[in-house]
Amino acid sequence: MILITLLAILMGSGVLAWAVAPFSKQGAKWIALLALLIDLVLVSSIWINSGGDITMGSESNWIRSVKFNWIPDFGMTFHLAMDGISLVMTALTFFLGVISIIVSWNTIEKDLGFFLFNILWLLAGITGVFLAMDMMLFYFFWEIMLVPMYFVMVIWGHEKSRYAGWKFFLFTQISGLMMLLSILGLYLYHGSQTGTYSFNYADLLTALPGGALSFWLMCGFLIAFLVKLPTLPFHSWLPDAYAESPSAGSIIIAGLMSKTAAYGLLRFVVPLFPDAARDFATPAMLIGAAAILYGAKLSFAQRNLKRLIAFSSFSHMGFILVGVFSFSAFGYQGVLMQMVAHGLSIAALFIISEFIFERIGTFDLEEMGGFWKKMSNMGGFTLVFVMASLGLPGLANFVAEFLILAGAWQYDAVLATLATLGLIVSVTYSLRILQKIFHQSSQTKVDELVDLNPREWLVLGSLTVAILWLGFFPQSVVKVAQPAFDRLGKNIESLNNGKIGMAEPYDGLLKGNKVEKETKEGGISW
Amino acid sequence: MNISDILWLIPSLPLLGFLILAFFGKRIPRNLIPIIGTGVIGISALITIFVGLSFLGNSTPGAVIEQHLWTWFSIGNFHPEITLHLDALSLVFIFVITFVGTLIHMFSSEYMKEDEGYSRFFAYMNLFVFSMLILVLSNDLLLLYLGWEGVGLCSFLLIGFYYGDKKNAESNAYAARKSFLVTRIGDTSMILGFFLLVKTFNTLNISEILKAAPDVWTSDSTTAILAAALLLGGALGKSAQLPLQTWLPDAMAGPSPVSALIHAATMVTAGVYLLTRTYVLFELAPSVQLIVAIIGGLTLFLASCSALVQRDIKRVLAYSTISQIGYMFLAIGVGAWSAAVFHFMIHAFFKALLFLGAGAIILALHHEQDMFKMGGLRKKLPVIFWTFLFGSAALASIPLVTAGFYSKDAILWYSFASVKGGVWLWVLGSVSALLTSIYTFRMVFLTFYGEQKTEISHYPGMAIKIPLVILGVLSLIAGFIELPHNFGHFSLFGDFMNTMLPAAVLQDPVGISEGVLQVVAGLLALLGLYMAWQMYGKENATRRVSDMPFSAGMTRFLANGWDFDKLYNIVFVRPLVWLAKIDEKDFVDGIYRRIGWFNLEMNETFSRSQNGKMRYYLMGIGLGAFIILTLILAL
Repeated sequence: MILITLLAILMGSGVLAWAVAPFSKQGAKWIALLALLIDLVLVSSIWINSGGDITMGSESNWIRSVKFNWIPDFGMTFHLAMDGISLVMTALTFFLGVISIIVSWNTIEKDLGFFLFNILWLLAGITGVFLAMDMMLFYFFWEIMLVPMYFVMVIWGHEKSRYAGWKFFLFTQISGLMMLLSILGLYLYHGSQTGTYSFNYADLLTALPGGALSFWLMCGFLIAFLVKLPTLPFHSWLPDAYAESPSAGSIIIAGLMSKTAAYGLLRFVVPLFPDAARDFATPAMLIGAAAILYGAKLSFAQRNLKRLIAFSSFSHMGFILVGVFSFSAFGYQGVLMQMVAHGLSIAALFIISEFIFERIGTFDLEEMGGFWKKMSNMGGFTLVFVMASLGLPGLANFVAEFLILAGAWQYDAVLATLATLGLIVSVTYSLRILQKIFHQSSQTKVDELVDLNPREWLVLGSLTVAILWLGFFPQSVVKVAQPAFDRLGKNIESLNNGKIGMAEPYDGLLKGNKVEKETKEGGISW
Repeated sequence: MNISDILWLIPSLPLLGFLILAFFGKRIPRNLIPIIGTGVIGISALITIFVGLSFLGNSTPGAVIEQHLWTWFSIGNFHPEITLHLDALSLVFIFVITFVGTLIHMFSSEYMKEDEGYSRFFAYMNLFVFSMLILVLSNDLLLLYLGWEGVGLCSFLLIGFYYGDKKNAESNAYAARKSFLVTRIGDTSMILGFFLLVKTFNTLNISEILKAAPDVWTSDSTTAILAAALLLGGALGKSAQLPLQTWLPDAMAGPSPVSALIHAATMVTAGVYLLTRTYVLFELAPSVQLIVAIIGGLTLFLASCSALVQRDIKRVLAYSTISQIGYMFLAIGVGAWSAAVFHFMIHAFFKALLFLGAGAIILALHHEQDMFKMGGLRKKLPVIFWTFLFGSAALASIPLVTAGFYSKDAILWYSFASVKGGVWLWVLGSVSALLTSIYTFRMVFLTFYGEQKTEISHYPGMAIKIPLVILGVLSLIAGFIELPHNFGHFSLFGDFMNTMLPAAVLQDPVGISEGVLQVVAGLLALLGLYMAWQMYGKENATRRVSDMPFSAGMTRFLANGWDFDKLYNIVFVRPLVWLAKIDEKDFVDGIYRRIGWFNLEMNETFSRSQNGKMRYYLMGIGLGAFIILTLILAL
């Protein structure tokens, strides 16, 4: 029931905030903030109660689960369930939700009530995506995310937000329809095979299509997820949408919405289409590596700070693809860690860019410089997140990238090497952020700048604590998610029926690699 | 009290100092800043000495002290630990880091006094010391990498320390990011090496890997070579060796104490540490070890040539550092592990001294760094002169009386006599020893002799003099703890190191006796001194930039470090920047934009046909009917 409560609180308070706003703006803001805080506390209590030691019964593989009939005639169920992966992701959702409300506290003047309504429903949609275990319900939440996001972008965004909004809507809507087709295809195939027509995830897993059908159905899902992630060659909507959104919009779209795609790859593509996914692994990792490098190159060339950060996000999402298709325990854990770490760091960078915009009215890097003199606190925080972006150890992003790349190396050393080059190129754009804004010679009147106020301090401070904590104690996330990944690994293994390849590296890691003596003639062992 | 229980204090104190200064630096009184900054390192040094004494006092050979703090993460059987690990090698390193670090911090308290970023400076320096200590106290490569990147970050921040400098803001920022990027190339190679090790051993624990490696890999098997080569890449970047040496001369943009601590005494020798720490992997890959020797030999030669023709006193020292680390690599390459570590320690003393001395001179002369605008400081700044002279003598390895002689002599001997050595490596090392002596005394004579050209604006106080004197004394006497074999058997340091590192294997028999080579080395150093005196020192010396028989073009070529920067610019930087520039708008987006444009165009075209005139519609229907009928009939 608690899962429904989580959603109900968000949706209900969204309506309430909208209703209250005409009478009391402060009241509306507090309603939104409290709703998110309550959800955050609820999720944290689940996390703490499960003590990190999540034992899952043989019957249910979920920490929490709730299931009703929805439209029984069509085999649709209202099934929400939470395992370690969803737990971590919902916690991130509420955390960034709180942050995004605090960030917009004083900046949204126009239609505050409707804004809060959109933000809360948007977050509800995202939460639903992380919890839904019925494909129709999943699709429903997937679409729910879209409309409020469009409004947030277009109504409260920057100059060219109408264009950005349309582009975003077209890309995600078209790709979403592809996924709907695949869902229906899967439904019909499963029904024709077993006689029971069901959209339920657990049911669908029992009879999976093979061969070409599996491949084409997977493509529908893949396109939806790769567009949302986004990755090559579907990233074209990203710089506009990310850069033109208001700060809360940027935080949610970059920090959370892109993670729903990563989550979808892990939750649906790999388990539902194991063979097709395995066949697609090499191209997928190649796309991932290309996106890492191409995104970094684009990022480096930007003059607009927000577009620079947007492209860096595109680059970092390449790691997700590489990790998911490495089919290794390292890769999966790395992907989850990357979802969290990148969510935090990209949110922080966008927040910083908006703080600067509020002070000097532009995102143009050429008009910045020497800001450290007056804003050393902001500079210090920026340093932390710039270092996160280039993967400095001690910050969560390093753990993520290390695990993903180490996992990828188990699958294919050459592809892993290509992706690892991303660690070099990320230096070029990341340092550009820091140096162009805070070092080098100053362009605008630096003396008029004021450093962070307490509210801004709180936002960046809490993000810093989170990213440092996960950098030094990533085990808190790893431990919670491990059972879910074990299950994922086992699923793949059993579906593979002893076929080697995909399950092997995973298996090898769990049992400890047998090291074999290599002879001089034997050559390289991987 | 158990030493394994207080080990954590050694890195934690500098971290504490960093946190205090980072969060409260603006609020605490200015004169308290250096006390905190230096104090934490000083206490760390005292604890190190205490730990070191008890380690030496009651340990069996090869003893190890470990303090487990927590497990970083744990996936399957892979669980990197946050564990501090003290053995003979780490002990030497933490001693140098904390001890020399304390002296340099003390020096900085006066050197940086007038600077706006006083607390920022000490915060970064403390963070650096913390990272460096983690680097050398870790027994897990992943934790080592944390320290490794941490020192890189601090190096970046401190090179770009003068971000607001009116004249040099851009070039300082450039130097800072160049250092980060170039070392990152090496680091990436290193982390690829980690992936390979994880795949093979399912752990990054150094002791376990070293123990398992000989059972898994045969000598010079492909994987062994690859693993060693990838790790070597990291060492080359950090230690500024060919082909990744180009960042170090530019790194001199930072304040002088930074150059002393980071770019001379500690961080740049991290590569030496890494190779020594993982020596088994290199012993298993003799071909990579040979490459180490060759890279070391070439680097030390190229860099000492460049040092000959510099005008900037700090750049002389920068090239000299590259070249001296080249000696350490040479030693590693010929399997003389303990000689490399010994030279690391001695080099830390005299090079830190020289950088501090140079800093004191620069401070005295209104931040003038050009040696050709200096001169005649011998009488005015006697303490600086004498200590600088001691450091220079050690760098030039003037025989018998300097520590540098003993450490460098050992390397030259092994480069000749080890089974992995050879006469060519010895020739490279010896010729460079001559060049070293020349450029060192060129620097001394240009700075302290001749006429005085710039007024002195600042006379050093105690905080500057004390570190100089201590390091000066060490530069002379520290070598006596490890005497050459033919001087009687007194080798404290070597014995200590050989409790964990293999001794070099000598050829049997060696063609020339150790004594002869020592005499040659000693004579070369003295010859260099004499030549420098002739060209730069005596009354009527010419004191030109280069008194070598070099043309102007050649001088420029050498001064620019053999134009590696130019080469890399043409080969890497410009093409990549060009690529970024031409595709700033993203051609993929262009494709979608064209699809959008096409649709709009079509929309316009077809809307034009909807013009409300009956005859057009009739014509359209007729034309359509005609085409369809024709098609049907034709089929």
